[in-house]
Amino acid sequence: MGNLRFRDDAALDQPAVALSAFLDQSNATAVRLEPGEDARLLIPHLDRIALIEVAFPKFRDGRGYSAARILREAGYAGELRAQGDVLVDQIREMRRCGFDSFVPDKPLDAAVVKTTLERYDNVYQRAADAAVPVWKLRHG
Amino acid sequence: MYKYDQYDQAIVDARVDEFRDQVRRRMAGEMTEDQFKPLRLMNGLYLQLHAYMLRVAIPYGTLDSRQMHMLAHIARKYDRDYGHFTTRQNIQYNWIKLEDAGDILADLATVEMHAIQTSGNCIRNISSDQYAGAAADEVTDPRPWAELLRQWSTFHPEFSYLPRKFKIAVIASDEDRAAMRLHDIGIQLVEREGKLGAAFYVGGGMGRTPMIAPLIKDFVPIEDFLSYSEACLRVYNRYGRRDNIYKARIKILVHEIGADEYRRQVEEEFAHVKTLGIDPPVAELERITAFFAPPAFEAGITDSVDRSDPDFAVWLDQNVKAHKQAGYAIVNISLKKTGDIPGDASSAQIDVMADIAKDYSFDELRVTHAQNIVLPHVAKRDLYAVWQKLVEADLAAANLDLISDIIACPGLDYCSLANARSIPVAQKIAKRFADPARQRDLGELKLKISGCINACGHHHAGHIGILGVDKKGTENYQLSLGGSGAEDTSIGKITGPGFDEDGIVDAVERVTDKYIQLREGDERFLDTYRRVGFDPFKEAIYG
Repeated sequence: MGNLRFRDDAALDQPAVALSAFLDQSNATAVRLEPGEDARLLIPHLDRIALIEVAFPKFRDGRGYSAARILREAGYAGELRAQGDVLVDQIREMRRCGFDSFVPDKPLDAAVVKTTLERYDNVYQRAADAAVPVWKLRHG
Repeated sequence: MYKYDQYDQAIVDARVDEFRDQVRRRMAGEMTEDQFKPLRLMNGLYLQLHAYMLRVAIPYGTLDSRQMHMLAHIARKYDRDYGHFTTRQNIQYNWIKLEDAGDILADLATVEMHAIQTSGNCIRNISSDQYAGAAADEVTDPRPWAELLRQWSTFHPEFSYLPRKFKIAVIASDEDRAAMRLHDIGIQLVEREGKLGAAFYVGGGMGRTPMIAPLIKDFVPIEDFLSYSEACLRVYNRYGRRDNIYKARIKILVHEIGADEYRRQVEEEFAHVKTLGIDPPVAELERITAFFAPPAFEAGITDSVDRSDPDFAVWLDQNVKAHKQAGYAIVNISLKKTGDIPGDASSAQIDVMADIAKDYSFDELRVTHAQNIVLPHVAKRDLYAVWQKLVEADLAAANLDLISDIIACPGLDYCSLANARSIPVAQKIAKRFADPARQRDLGELKLKISGCINACGHHHAGHIGILGVDKKGTENYQLSLGGSGAEDTSIGKITGPGFDEDGIVDAVERVTDKYIQLREGDERFLDTYRRVGFDPFKEAIYG
């Protein structure tokens, strides 16, 4: 299995441009964020962006998780893609942070992805997904 | 004590299943060791010098007899019949087989235990005051807040790949028994105008660059507790250094940008995070707090203790502490008998401690960061019986906070990071000072030994600290003086050139001899050191 996409709309057929290039030009609708770049710089432009690709050059570098949540918290509803050294055991956390598409360097095993995403019925905390934290389930 | 409900249990059970699957994929070659490593680490499984080591979480160091018996069972069934209690109030097993790891986790899950986030670059087991719920000086029991943090931090999706590990301690007294300001976040619960809040200290730690956490916020209203924590973590996850593993802890970030700038960024993030609905409702706080209600103490029971057995009286004076409830006491079980490996206990001893807790301490035990065990609620009328049982199990060493109550990391005997052995040095020092009268005369003296710069043995916080280093292929030990992990937190100062294994024992003795010579009245070693300064001791050591 190569890429994963959890969206119903058609994928954008446009390459993502670097953040600096995006901020300099007005017509791009797809942008790529490197780990050290500030996701909040995109907030004024979210209404015209269809795809944000967050780069994970190394799976250990977790800055992209915060970037994703910040974008979702700001109301971004377009495609949020994790690209790079993305491992199957990270997909669940990434989904919870708001990623809805994945372009991993190495293909993922579809069966393992499915099991991984379905394993946990409960979560302890609110994040960028629709999962209801157990404290909410406990108290309604 | 906290009890799992269906949700807590389901999460831990799912984790067992997940880890079994990860081990299976690793053993089938579907994953490289490099890919498996962060996954097994987030479940407390290390590859050490001789075998896998599994670190089991003991949240805020609290457990009941059923859980304690399970720890003994694991030692017997899967290890070499003992376990090692750690400075993070956890237990680790040094001789684990990878193929057994899933079964061990399944066994733990039957008693509401796990190994989640006992390693890895994530939020680690939350530590707390071992006297919580028993200490007279606490404004509230800190454990409900530690439990709230445990749940919030468990599989936190944003903070599973932090720049580096992250340790949080929660206390609720002015007296600090948990080295709170030497944590990434140290939290002291405080009361202001009748309202509960939390003081946040951020950016402390030991390791190769020891730092005392500065106060970032003196009063976070308790209803903002998790939002504020989340803001602290988010700033760190975004801006903590990732270019150099030795500079990746939050203490470096706070130090480099300054406490004021870090505070400004956290406040800004908090203003946003607070709008996200992260903090659970009061009903959830009440639900958790109810589990930590005081046990059914008996009123009007005797406060007097028969001291006619002299050995018992010595233990009583050294290891038993005042309880907030009349007629009760806090019992410390030292795991530091001369010749022992600090923090180690056999499965039989673990079972004995569990049985005593069930019969005499409302079924509760605590693990301390000093690698000892606490029976938090013992009726004074039962102290003699408890002591007799401890004597029988070789657990009655009367040396709490004395020079032989040594904190030591596993060192080069086990650890793949270590440069030098810690355990033999601890054993030799304990032997040198084996005379109990001499130890008591020296008084409170916290000696801590780390086998490498990572400082797992807390040497920076030792009144006397010892750091093992590798000097051209031989083990060498540096001495430092004047550290403290208590409310008067300080970092020890290195005395000078290091020593070999026997030389360091002699150097320690020269320090204590000098102290005896210099002390005034009932000054502790640390007080004398602070009064006279470094030089007289340096001269005594190096001549």
